[in-house]
Amino acid sequence: MSTALGVLARFGAMIGLLLVNGVVLIYMLRKVLGRLHLRIGPNRVGPWGILQTINDVIKLLTKEDLRPDSADAWLFNIAPFLIFVPSFMAYIPLVFGPTLAVTSLDTGLLLAFALTSLVPLGVLMAGWSSNSKWSLLGGMRAAGLQIAYEVPLLLSALGPVMMAGSLDPVKIVAAQSGVWLGFIPRWFVLPQLIAFVVYAISSQAETQQTPFDMSEAESELITGFANEYGGMRFSFMYLAEFSNMFVVSAIGTMLFFGGWQLPWLATPAWLAPLVFMAKTYTGIFVMMWARGSLPRFRVDQMLSFCWKVLIPVSLAWVVLWACIQRLWPVVSVAVSR
Amino acid sequence: MTDEEHMGWQITSEGTQRPGPLPRGLRRIPRGVDELATEHLVLNMGPQHPSTHGVLHVLVELDGEEVIAAEASLGYLHRGIEKLAESRRYHQVPTLLDRADYLSGLHTETAWALTVEKLAGIEVPRKASWLRSLLMELNRYASHLVWIGTFGLDAGAMAPFLYIMRDREMILDVLEAITGSRMMFNYVRPGGVVADIPAGIDAKIREWLSHASGWLDENDALLGGNEIFRLRMNGTGVIDRTTALAFGMTGGCLRASGVDYDLRRDVPYCAYPELEFEVPTGQRGDNWDRYVVRVGEMRQCLRLIRQLLDGMPEGEFSSKRSRALKVPAGESYAAVESPRGELGIHLVSDGGLTPYRMRLRSPAYFNLAVVDEALAGGLIADAIVTLGSLDIVLGEIDR
Repeated sequence: MSTALGVLARFGAMIGLLLVNGVVLIYMLRKVLGRLHLRIGPNRVGPWGILQTINDVIKLLTKEDLRPDSADAWLFNIAPFLIFVPSFMAYIPLVFGPTLAVTSLDTGLLLAFALTSLVPLGVLMAGWSSNSKWSLLGGMRAAGLQIAYEVPLLLSALGPVMMAGSLDPVKIVAAQSGVWLGFIPRWFVLPQLIAFVVYAISSQAETQQTPFDMSEAESELITGFANEYGGMRFSFMYLAEFSNMFVVSAIGTMLFFGGWQLPWLATPAWLAPLVFMAKTYTGIFVMMWARGSLPRFRVDQMLSFCWKVLIPVSLAWVVLWACIQRLWPVVSVAVSR
Repeated sequence: MTDEEHMGWQITSEGTQRPGPLPRGLRRIPRGVDELATEHLVLNMGPQHPSTHGVLHVLVELDGEEVIAAEASLGYLHRGIEKLAESRRYHQVPTLLDRADYLSGLHTETAWALTVEKLAGIEVPRKASWLRSLLMELNRYASHLVWIGTFGLDAGAMAPFLYIMRDREMILDVLEAITGSRMMFNYVRPGGVVADIPAGIDAKIREWLSHASGWLDENDALLGGNEIFRLRMNGTGVIDRTTALAFGMTGGCLRASGVDYDLRRDVPYCAYPELEFEVPTGQRGDNWDRYVVRVGEMRQCLRLIRQLLDGMPEGEFSSKRSRALKVPAGESYAAVESPRGELGIHLVSDGGLTPYRMRLRSPAYFNLAVVDEALAGGLIADAIVTLGSLDIVLGEIDR
């Protein structure tokens, strides 16, 4: 009984977090982009425009659920959920505090990556079933790019995993407590700087943000795979995009920036979720910053960058780091003798 | 499957349809010859599309992402400006011409004034010429700003489009103070201009000038200084010298292909013979060259505006003339270097109160004609950028 209640409560908390996140992130995106672009951003609905997103959500909810006549009805209807559900499920392994996570899994990180890798399937499905040339092109681009960029994304996560010796996010975060040499926080970003750069680039691509937003590519494909969607179905896709941003940023925080832990200080349990959110939102801000200022890559350039630069670099780094980690005890013992 | 079905009907992504004759330049892949052959996709880019800069319709035949053939289809913004001009008096025509190239109305107005003055033999006071040049350069700068911004949008960069609005608003404020309107000026008339510049405008333009160079550097750094942008621009949308000349291209597009031709220097008019400026040119004629040439032109623009402010002569801003201007029967042609190229007006008069025939040589029309050549072989993303680099204004093309 209590287990069932606990599961329900956690599930409810996940949904709550997801929705609040969506609302906050959309507002944040518009404000951040506004400021970057010498504009003001939303400022009419509520104080500082904070209720703008609520307004938009209501608008989207009350819109007619349109489907093109020639669309493949079943695939068209199910695609938004195939995009939305995995990005929602990817919240499961996130660790918000020492005892605050939906569940602790030995393979939590793997689960998160496995779930986010389902998203391109939904995108492809949406693009194909819409029976629109623009959507089709967008869907094909998404399929090609997101699948390609999952490889360096996963490889770049291996460095921190090797350092922590576990795929369990709780253990990865715990392994980053304390300091090196008395003053450097034990965050994996320092030794794993190369892996972090690869992670940052591929997560930007994985979440389809500019400069890697070819599957939407407003100036080329209008909105790509989401072209024929409107109302709630569109908002599910939109929400999934922001949810994905949150997930990759949260995983990045756990892998490279010590998760919920403050540097140097012991983190009280009540502060841990706030620290985690602050770090994650900083990551999201940087993603938005890039989105606001960079032009878009071309498809072939982006693919060749992935296969010829990111994957070799991250693979080499994995091998190199494995050697370093394996040889370090031997070397240090030899040196101390 | 009967023969007729086999020959005529085709199953496409829109369902079964009988295809009509394809537009020129597009070829149909024969069905049934090789069932494994992939089909090409014919994409209607526009007339409602965010990157066709208005209501342009480009038919693009795609093999995957690669553009096999492209053809521009025009006329969605046709308002019959040339025909309407035949029932307007000479001083009324600029109202129509403002609406041709709505990003640089003063150039079209001036071209009209020069043509009429040439045929009617009207002398223009020196100050009027200088005022025309000053306003045209301000207008050119504003037009190029919009181009930089929309070009950034085409390449996926949002920021420059909003950054350029800082300058543009200041320029439009100045133009409004002088002419009374932000875009539909109706300021240049045969014989001179409508009004002198009001007091205090000189200081206002100088204040903008003090920011303009820095702001241009900022925009240039955001786009031209960006590695992604350079990767996108280098070597794409190449229009070589021969092609550019064969298609009658003019303006920045032609200069980017390595032809050093600028009407302001080669067929001088207004105050340009007295001014010092350089004409930036490119070599390869790719998108990067067109970008560099236009940014270079903007820097020259600032230089020209400074000279025009410093040397602005005193005197009358218009020669005395009757509203019921009668132009002697005959023909004349005069052209100005608009932001898009050689903007010429050919006027035929039968000696009456209204033109017998007016014809606008729209530079963007000729520049756009090259899309068939320039888009083929690139990817969709290149096609969008190349189209943007031509700096088309549909109001002028469709007239």
